[in-house]
Amino acid sequence: MPVNLFDLAKTFETRAEDVGLVQGHRLCPGCAAPIVVKFSLMVARKLGYEPVVALATGCLEVSTTIYPYTAWTVPYIHNAFENSAATMSGVETAAKALKKFGKIPQDKKYAFFVFAGDGGTYDIGLQSLSGMIERGHKVIYVLYDNEGYMNTGNQRSGSTPTGSNTTTAPVGKVIPGKVQLKKNIVEIVAGHEYVYAATASISDPNDFFAKIEKALNFDGPSFIAAFSPCVRFWRVPDSAANSISKLAVETKYWPLYEVDRGVYKVTRKPRQFKPLIEFLKPQGRFKPLLSRPDAEEIINELQEYVDRRWERLLILEEATKGKYIR
Amino acid sequence: MLKGWKDIPIGGIIDEPGKSREYKTGTWRVLRPILHEDKCVHCMFCWLYCPDMAIVIDSSGQKPKMVGFNYDYCKGCGLCADVCPTKAIEMRPETEFIEE
Repeated sequence: MPVNLFDLAKTFETRAEDVGLVQGHRLCPGCAAPIVVKFSLMVARKLGYEPVVALATGCLEVSTTIYPYTAWTVPYIHNAFENSAATMSGVETAAKALKKFGKIPQDKKYAFFVFAGDGGTYDIGLQSLSGMIERGHKVIYVLYDNEGYMNTGNQRSGSTPTGSNTTTAPVGKVIPGKVQLKKNIVEIVAGHEYVYAATASISDPNDFFAKIEKALNFDGPSFIAAFSPCVRFWRVPDSAANSISKLAVETKYWPLYEVDRGVYKVTRKPRQFKPLIEFLKPQGRFKPLLSRPDAEEIINELQEYVDRRWERLLILEEATKGKYIR
Repeated sequence: MLKGWKDIPIGGIIDEPGKSREYKTGTWRVLRPILHEDKCVHCMFCWLYCPDMAIVIDSSGQKPKMVGFNYDYCKGCGLCADVCPTKAIEMRPETEFIEE
């Protein structure tokens, strides 16, 4: 049965300690990362799982665990930037071993979550993520994608979109911000075949819940890429996290789909799409790009790119229907 | 008062979960959310989206009800006002509430 919002509210009320992440964490006002965490852990708790959390270094890690405080009420581990997935593999295996030797009850259900930013996923933690999926650990890797190294002050990452203004790839007279395209991480993860990979957005909570539920029920590694606006360095108002996520979905910039063992499924098909410019315009990080004389050319190119990607997704959905690789 | 080295647990571990609640993030707030109860339809969207778990709800009845805000932790981001379908939450400058 799908998770219902009112049921969730009744279960958790304001008892954040039941969710796992409590008040008093020091993320920026309006940050979307705690919302991603909340959504994931609430569903796991509601379905009777005991969450275990590992974090990669990043905004979420440094601002929820400032010594001598911690905002977590669930078992929590942090190791290094690049090995969050490897660390969680070990935790998952240890739990399996403890179950085998009767140290913890056999019927206890654990949900192993990794929360990592795009730096710890796209760039630095990619090999440990790949290893975790290849070994087939039953871990849910949740990526909160804020498109840059926001913790250290807006440096460019493999996830930063083309034309975005960052401190290491600033928009100037010669270069229009970042010139490369954003890495398609879901495709990279889906290439491991026996994996459940999906994109999610906080603007579509029901879809988010369904995907977490599916990941929990999947017997193997899962990967959820959640769109998580950084209000500080995207130069948007504090309250814009949800509206920007919504625009990202409606402009095909962040299509909501899932790849379950090679079978594509687009989970949200908006009837009408908005042009990409509506997603770029409210964000201050694209402002320098939009004021360049060749802005229109670049935007048209990006528009064509997202259109092509969307069409490709639809074709893949049609072609892979019911054909599980493994 | 800072703890001496003898009072700190070995390895500097934090022995109490959820200790961050001792740190009141409400002091960061610039805009204060105000609830207009007549407009509220208790859809729970603000509760769902609040990044600081600062929405107080009452779930004793058949359907959960929105009651107010926990100003100890609300950072005043205004996300609740943004997601509210009936615009029942208004953001007002914190300076209006300074007590003489």
